[in-house]
Amino acid sequence: MSEPNKYETVIGLEVHVELHTKSKIFCGCSTAFGAPPNTHTCPVCLGHPGVLPVLNRQAVEYAMKAAMALNCQIADISKFDRKNYFYPDSPKAYQISQYDQPIGEHGWIDIEVNGETKRIGITRLHLEEDAGKLTHVEGGYASLVDFNRVGTPLVEIVSEPDIRTPEEAKAYLEKLKAIMQYCDVSDVKMEEGSLRCDANISLRPYGQKEFGTRAELKNMNSFRGVQRGLEYEQFRQAEILDSGGEVVQETRRYDDAAGKSFPMRGKEEAHDYRYFPDPDLVRLHISEAWKESVRATIPELPDARKARYTAEYGLPSYDAEVITSSKKLADFFEESLSYTKDAKAVSNWIMGDLLGYLNSNGLELTDVKITGQGLGEMIGLLEKGTISGKIAKTVFKAMLETGKLPKQIVEEQGLVQISDEGAIAAIVNQIVEANPQSVEDYRAGKEKAIGFLVGQIMKETKGKANPALVNKLLLERLK
Amino acid sequence: MSITTKDVEHVANLARLELTDSEKEQFTEQLNAILKYAEKLNGLDTDGVEPTSHVLPIMNVMRADDNRPSLPIEKVLLNAPDDEDGQFKVPAVLE
Repeated sequence: MSEPNKYETVIGLEVHVELHTKSKIFCGCSTAFGAPPNTHTCPVCLGHPGVLPVLNRQAVEYAMKAAMALNCQIADISKFDRKNYFYPDSPKAYQISQYDQPIGEHGWIDIEVNGETKRIGITRLHLEEDAGKLTHVEGGYASLVDFNRVGTPLVEIVSEPDIRTPEEAKAYLEKLKAIMQYCDVSDVKMEEGSLRCDANISLRPYGQKEFGTRAELKNMNSFRGVQRGLEYEQFRQAEILDSGGEVVQETRRYDDAAGKSFPMRGKEEAHDYRYFPDPDLVRLHISEAWKESVRATIPELPDARKARYTAEYGLPSYDAEVITSSKKLADFFEESLSYTKDAKAVSNWIMGDLLGYLNSNGLELTDVKITGQGLGEMIGLLEKGTISGKIAKTVFKAMLETGKLPKQIVEEQGLVQISDEGAIAAIVNQIVEANPQSVEDYRAGKEKAIGFLVGQIMKETKGKANPALVNKLLLERLK
Repeated sequence: MSITTKDVEHVANLARLELTDSEKEQFTEQLNAILKYAEKLNGLDTDGVEPTSHVLPIMNVMRADDNRPSLPIEKVLLNAPDDEDGQFKVPAVLE
């Protein structure tokens, strides 16, 4: 094992995000996910001779919006280039991409790791077309190609080598995903491939200025997978360096099940893409007016919302970070606040019961039926004493499953809290008389005995008795 | 700048071309002749001249984000060397 802190890790990430336009970047084929193979293809995206690509304006505007949200400078003049390579996932034998005049450059985002904020530079964001999907036939004698994905607009976002730990890499991806989601330019679903990540990672002794030799890591299918892949690669390279060896510059495929990375074979290792300007596509002139019209469509972004939640509602920084990490969750939070003023209570229910339920069942917010209105109104019922904290848990669970509003659930299930002193006093009386031993124990100084009596009263009232009243009346009765 | 046989082999490999030794020699000679001809351009003073990527005085040709019909699958697969389950079947590609 390598001694800790001997080497500094340097990581840069390349993230591809599919833009959710209706049609492809250079033709009118649909970009919908999950269609039968090759049914969303035409002569343009299949690369037939003599066809002419025509740029989708929406794809350009989504790319501009994404670049702006990442604090990039937007180019005045941008162009498309051909990146040449032979591989069956590319029918034209080149990918239309951007080489030296990308849509955006020199951006940054802030990430938070262990309570500290760190700024990660964004080298560039460029627009390009996606490739097809290959599957390998069992037995390995052939590969099958589905070109539906060819021509789906992508932005490639390249970070500066500013990331120092696998944990920072994960935080960077989470922030990037949140920003794309807020901007509404992509579905950002890693499982459907609408967000993909490759990583460059190298190690160097602390204090050394030059970067060490890097490996490029591919095939990481989740944010956790990226973190695990980088942790493994960190370990692998440290072992090589410790034994006096040299890291080989190569592309490696991470196998999450095996927890290891392997060198990739086959694909053109010499990266000689022979870029040149695509003569079929004229240049883009991005005027100030166009930039401003796109900038006006950018909503409040996660960092701004987080700052507002801590300043305006007094949420702890961590809670605000978690809630704003997903736009849907942040919108849910705000919807609740139209029905209650108690932001901290809303936050506590989200952080505890809601996220606890979602995480332990592997669900997303959209998989459950509860609404922000439901949570807000339930907190209102709690404040008024209509329901107890215990009943609220029952109501909350019912809202998750049915989406009904709390009033309806309370009425249907008869969950209204009993706050009538006379009614509670009668039950207190009944329980005290039925349990003389406990009463005696309590009077003899065994404080614990009172817990048993309270429990019996709550059981008798199916948890509906107002706990404060029960305590008060029981103590009076036992005096 | 002159082209060596090694350069020709490299470019041929990128283009997936298999060349005989005599072809390699022939192309090395021809490519050098072409480059030498193009080298004449180096004699021009291009200081202050913007690099030209496109000669057309047109910019911003775009279309609206509308769907148009795709090809029927039978037509799509007409150009496939072989097919299976609606997909193009190609020699195995190993990752």
